[in-house]
Amino acid sequence: MSDDTLTLPPREDASTAAAAGAAGRLSGYNFAYLDEQTKRMIRRALLKAIAIPGYQVPFGSREMPLPYGWGTGGIQVTASVIGPDDVLKVIDQGADDTTNAVSIRKFFARTAGVATTERTTEATLIQTRHRIPETPLKEGQILVYQVPIPEPLRWLEPRETETRRMHALAEYGVMQVKLYEDIARYGRIATAYNYPVRVNGRYIMAPSPIPKFDNPKMHRNPAIQLFGAGRERRIYAVPPYTAVESLDFEDHPFAVERWDQACALCGATDSFLDEIVTDDAGGRMFLCSDTDHCAERRRSRGADAQEGTT
Amino acid sequence: MYVAVKGGERAIENAHKLLAEERRGDPAVPELTLAQIDQQLAHAVDRVMTEGSLYDRGLAALAIKQARGDLIEAIFLLRAYRTTLPRFGASEPIDTAAMLVRRRISATFKDVPGGQVLGPTFDYTHRLLDFDLEGPTAPPPAEEGEAAPGAMPRVVDVLSRDGLLETDEEPEMSGDDSVGDVTRDPLEFPADRDLRLQVLARGDEGFLLALGYSTQRGYGNNHPFAGEIRLGEVAVEFVPEELGFPVELGEITVTECQMINQFRGSATRPPQFTRGYGLAFGHCERKAMAMALVDRALRARELGEEVTAPAQDEEFVLSHADNVQATGFVEHLKLPHYVDFQAELVMIRAMRAAAEEQAAAAGKAAAE
Repeated sequence: MSDDTLTLPPREDASTAAAAGAAGRLSGYNFAYLDEQTKRMIRRALLKAIAIPGYQVPFGSREMPLPYGWGTGGIQVTASVIGPDDVLKVIDQGADDTTNAVSIRKFFARTAGVATTERTTEATLIQTRHRIPETPLKEGQILVYQVPIPEPLRWLEPRETETRRMHALAEYGVMQVKLYEDIARYGRIATAYNYPVRVNGRYIMAPSPIPKFDNPKMHRNPAIQLFGAGRERRIYAVPPYTAVESLDFEDHPFAVERWDQACALCGATDSFLDEIVTDDAGGRMFLCSDTDHCAERRRSRGADAQEGTT
Repeated sequence: MYVAVKGGERAIENAHKLLAEERRGDPAVPELTLAQIDQQLAHAVDRVMTEGSLYDRGLAALAIKQARGDLIEAIFLLRAYRTTLPRFGASEPIDTAAMLVRRRISATFKDVPGGQVLGPTFDYTHRLLDFDLEGPTAPPPAEEGEAAPGAMPRVVDVLSRDGLLETDEEPEMSGDDSVGDVTRDPLEFPADRDLRLQVLARGDEGFLLALGYSTQRGYGNNHPFAGEIRLGEVAVEFVPEELGFPVELGEITVTECQMINQFRGSATRPPQFTRGYGLAFGHCERKAMAMALVDRALRARELGEEVTAPAQDEEFVLSHADNVQATGFVEHLKLPHYVDFQAELVMIRAMRAAAEEQAAAAGKAAAE
């Protein structure tokens, strides 16, 4: 290497100015990152989605500063509905402290400056990946799902032109056949997550990759449920108190998974449990996947115990 | 042990600090400047601008530096910046016939009006490592020739005058007469050619290269000839609403490829040559050529050809050409999936238990 390379040639003006912008001067961005035109476009799509429960509305998904497949759809939906008074909770796998949840929560803390929380009951807006909180949601809360593949029929038919036609005609026989074939082959419906649902008796919808354990929570939920798929450019919704049934057969009714164990921390027997491998000799430990639910139970148990001693 | 899941926030911050440190590398080695990247890694800058769909050499160089030379990451950075910029209109179509040509070759005619101009190219270099480049170099200035008088007409225009080649008048456009924008509106199928070309222009060079190559190997063959490849500067003009006439915004460097393909004719069209079109920012010849091959392959529906190969399949090509989308979704597998995996575990354990029960019952029955 020669010392000549040390003399830095003057940089172009355009790039210096832009470099400053790109370097994280977030004051240069609109509230919640997206410009108002884009938000308006997304809100229109959301209104349409609410009006036709379970129908996938195409929208002009923008390129976000987070990668596709990492929640860009959910982020755009959240950015379009969030206001300065909202309290935001972000979870991934049910937990507030998983890396991607942390990253998305920070994104909104930086771009919108809103209050954030880990408590389900305090949040007005909850963005989630792969779980629905165990604590029942209330009227006025909004649950935003991150969706990787919005099309429930995609694994049966790869073509968008074809699946849109199937939805239009409610031509869902192929899905029933798939579920039947599962039963014929495995004696049960072998779908553990992203289990297809029928919304308001009409559209078959992908609930996003939540475990089927969470499916019953969608049914007649008082909260607004919004689904954003950024890469696939689709938005869909389940309005409050809408019927959401998991597909099944009379002789093979839908059932959720159960554990023999209870949560090792809070003792819950009715929550979705994560399995933690504790050693290389088959040691296992089960914990609530919903960290807030688990902490809340421990808090109240602690309070009970204290009351007992005094 | 459960701590492994906790502390995400601190882990992220520390990871970013480590990344910044590794990006800089050994502080004893002089730091790269954007001008160096722009000048000496010019093709990388060209590719990042093309697939980032933003013409700005400084920003592209910055993105390459920030991405440590990972070009897809740099393209992602540039795209995420581009999306925040206001869009105030569409320029007039650039006139590549009026290009200030630095390179122009045709494989279809030995000589063409304006001549063949080889220009700066790797073609005909012997790919021998040049060990002189290890240290600083000062190449002697290249000899200057006579500039070709006047504009260089495009080879395809010469052919289309005789009706042997389809003309520029393409009736197929999305909706109204305005050109579509895949960065603003969701792509719907079937997509018209303006949208297809946009997706291809932003598409991954490697993906298009492989698809274009596949058409040459019989998967949707359409007998291509490189009608013309030209590289040079063109003016970008814009018509401000309040003025009503075009004003020049500046010049950009582009590579254009016009592929000429066989067409045996259909019930409504006589036999004539058809075209595939490729255009890229900067000097991106491989990309422009691959794009032209795939563009032609995707015109199968319009030309009444049977769709048999991947490169002709519009949904397949357009849905998978974007490397920022592709890399995001492939790499999202790094994100935690333990809830879904747990659900699968519960399911598979139940199924195995049922199978064992069945096997035991069958064994008992056989024993009896």
